[in-house]
Amino acid sequence: MTRREALRSMAAAAAVTAASQLAPGVAFAAGTPKTLSAEGLTWKKTPCRFCGTGCGLLIGIKDNRAVAVKGDPASAVNKGLCCVKGYHSVIALYGKDRLTRAYVRNNGQLIPVPIGEALDLVASKLKETIDKHGKNAAGIYGSGQWTIPDGYVASKLFKGAIGTNNVEANARLCMASAVTGFMTTFGLDEPMGCYEDIDHADVFVLWGNNMAEMHPVLFSRMLDRRLRNAHVKIVDLATRWTRTSMAADRSILFQPNADLALANAIAYEMIRNQWIHRTFLDRHVSFHEGKTNIGYGTQDKFQFTDENRNITFNEYVKRLEEYTPDKVEKISGVPARDIRYLASLYGDPGKKVVSYWCMGMNQHVRGTWIQNLVYNLHLLTGKISQPGNGPFSLTGQPSACGTVREAGTLTHRLPHGDVTNEADRKMAARIWGVPVENIQPKPGLHTVEMFRALDRGDLRFLWIQVTNPMVTMPKLKRYREGARKEGRFVVVSDVYPTPTTDIADVILPSAMWIEREGMFGNSERRTQHWEQMLKPPGDAMSDTWQLIEVARRMGLGKHFNWTYENHIPEIWKEYTSFHHDPKHEMATYQALRENPGVMWPCPGGRETKWRYNARYDPAAKSVNGDPIDFYGKPDRRAWIWFRPWEPAAEEPDAEFPFWLNTGRVVEHWHTGSMTRRIPILHKAVPNAYVELHPMDARKLGIRNGDRVRLTSRRGALTLPAQIDGRGRPQEGHVFVPFFDEAILINELTLDAFCPISKQPDYKKCAVQVERA
Amino acid sequence: MPIKSYLAYPKEGWGELLAEKLAALPGCSVEPAENRELLILITDTPEEASDQALEQRLLAIPELDGLALVAAYAEEEIG
Ligand code: SF4
Repeated sequence: MTRREALRSMAAAAAVTAASQLAPGVAFAAGTPKTLSAEGLTWKKTPCRFCGTGCGLLIGIKDNRAVAVKGDPASAVNKGLCCVKGYHSVIALYGKDRLTRAYVRNNGQLIPVPIGEALDLVASKLKETIDKHGKNAAGIYGSGQWTIPDGYVASKLFKGAIGTNNVEANARLCMASAVTGFMTTFGLDEPMGCYEDIDHADVFVLWGNNMAEMHPVLFSRMLDRRLRNAHVKIVDLATRWTRTSMAADRSILFQPNADLALANAIAYEMIRNQWIHRTFLDRHVSFHEGKTNIGYGTQDKFQFTDENRNITFNEYVKRLEEYTPDKVEKISGVPARDIRYLASLYGDPGKKVVSYWCMGMNQHVRGTWIQNLVYNLHLLTGKISQPGNGPFSLTGQPSACGTVREAGTLTHRLPHGDVTNEADRKMAARIWGVPVENIQPKPGLHTVEMFRALDRGDLRFLWIQVTNPMVTMPKLKRYREGARKEGRFVVVSDVYPTPTTDIADVILPSAMWIEREGMFGNSERRTQHWEQMLKPPGDAMSDTWQLIEVARRMGLGKHFNWTYENHIPEIWKEYTSFHHDPKHEMATYQALRENPGVMWPCPGGRETKWRYNARYDPAAKSVNGDPIDFYGKPDRRAWIWFRPWEPAAEEPDAEFPFWLNTGRVVEHWHTGSMTRRIPILHKAVPNAYVELHPMDARKLGIRNGDRVRLTSRRGALTLPAQIDGRGRPQEGHVFVPFFDEAILINELTLDAFCPISKQPDYKKCAVQVERA
Repeated sequence: MPIKSYLAYPKEGWGELLAEKLAALPGCSVEPAENRELLILITDTPEEASDQALEQRLLAIPELDGLALVAAYAEEEIG
């Protein structure tokens, strides 16, 4: 089969899959089109490498080359479906400028060197930094695209063997607020439900979540549910009109940060109408409040610790009186009747409701609060932990859950529990074979503070793997200039040159996705394994193996005493020994090899689809026939937090009169370093642009395609205008996608973050807009 | 964009004729569904200009009700 024939097969396979989704039961002659004959191909399973949905793919391999992709019909996630990124994913392996050699900076120039030499240098610089400046002058910054073994080994090396908690991941920028939301309300991280909720729900409320572009496969499943069940409704709550709004039954636009007020108003209205589940509240919920006016973290070394005050139901209701629909209409711009409509959906005992969100609620200066407030709506009505009822935080990256949240690669986390907890440190020390004193009891630097420390000179050595912070950090200029300062040593492991490799002292070429063995964990607690299918090009090496090679060169090899052949199963065995517990039991290596994915907890090999419900979750205890048991908190209750509305860190004013919102497009994965090397995706959206409302465009004399200058207090940028393209911001707002390294929108954004989660808010800052 | 796959929807009752017309175009292969008014169309053209010309011819076919692009591969990806 020639490559051309293989691509014809791939295109045909994509069409067959799309047809069977649009017209279930559709049949073609001899089962599939003739063009699909795939002679000589070996098909192997893997999760998709893009996005937290975690679609199962089948990759057609021939002669050490990936030549075809199809959705895996056996995968419970996507049931054979795929989006445009999934179908074209293997093409990202073969970009012409793929990094296949290591580089070392010499007199300002990056010079190719054998990878062994580069690894020697990384190990010696890391040792030298620790000797001269102390352990906490070194750190590693990874990713929700790290495989679980990558993240586990990074954490073991830095937190256990070296003894610094400076381990962070870009998931801090993408889902840290979801973690703190879950922890503060339920005491345990990650959603209680699963994607199967889509097959049972009557109402879907999307909170600032453009699923049509960001989670297109789940969105298709939702549309399919509605197509077959006319009563099903989709409500899109957003600050910008998108493809999701177009497909929704109702699109409701609100002003930035006003989602806090909106959620409280829905709660107020439900209580006023007695649309709440009193028995559920009495048995399973307690009421709390924390600090207010909590700041925005824009200054270096910002510290914040929340406090918990127990309150009564009546005190909670009293505090909600500030949030009547009429008052909130003024804050949010949402008509009071729409707020009442939302309350009637959540409050109708006959309707099953799922709330979905992703970056809109996570990248938020009150990210933890808004998660608490949406949980409140499900807790007030008891619509949680059952098929078709529940709040569900979607993740952006393929293993933000698996690697960052579960394996514990944020600074305060361990593979089980937190560094601040003595029992958790002891467990880690025992499993890792290190003295417990090695594991520091205080968290190290969170992401924004890590780059601030690099700028200040408190951090001297930073190893960056699978992520591109020189495109994604907010207030980018400061952090780029900081990373370039004298006396900093930056190592970057990646598959293509990026603005981040531009600042590197050493570049290590990484094996990508199916060129090595690995596991990812998706949004619904599903762990998925793939085997190594291809030989990596040139000197490229997996990030896991790079870390092990450096550990060995530092004399720490005894902690990583595995062979190349067995290291992944051995790492999995060691990692899962942290989780022999019915609340978190992970699948065995064998089960992962044999299945398209397994959801944890899976004690005895049985997956748990709905946590905290004894009908589905063996860790939950039923009391007098009531199956709900929120066992994550010591009082075995979920916590309803009263959280007020507070404004964003920066709001439009006379000088900077527009809101700037940033985000993604379906064709591109994050900073575009891979998808911009897939010609069809690059051609579809070749550059970033600024979306404007047509009225604003008219007032400013801007037409489609005109050059527009955006200026914030931090920087300026010129880019083409898009008016009524795929999205339409509200009047007084603009939107810019961040995938384009030639148009770095993060030069303008603000590094304000949620004081609890430390996740920056990329959705709200103030800019000037003018025709360039 | 030399290799593309589409879902092609005929106007009601015109599936067979549409399949014939599509199959007669250069670089086109067609797989009609057996139990639905729906066809899969694969186009394979030498370069972008002929691809665009073909697309114009496709869109001019009166029996065609709608055409949805599913996958596309550019010359660089094929080479
Ligand atoms: S929806 Fe996400 S996981 Fe699924 S194919 Fe698309 S990018 Fe991949």
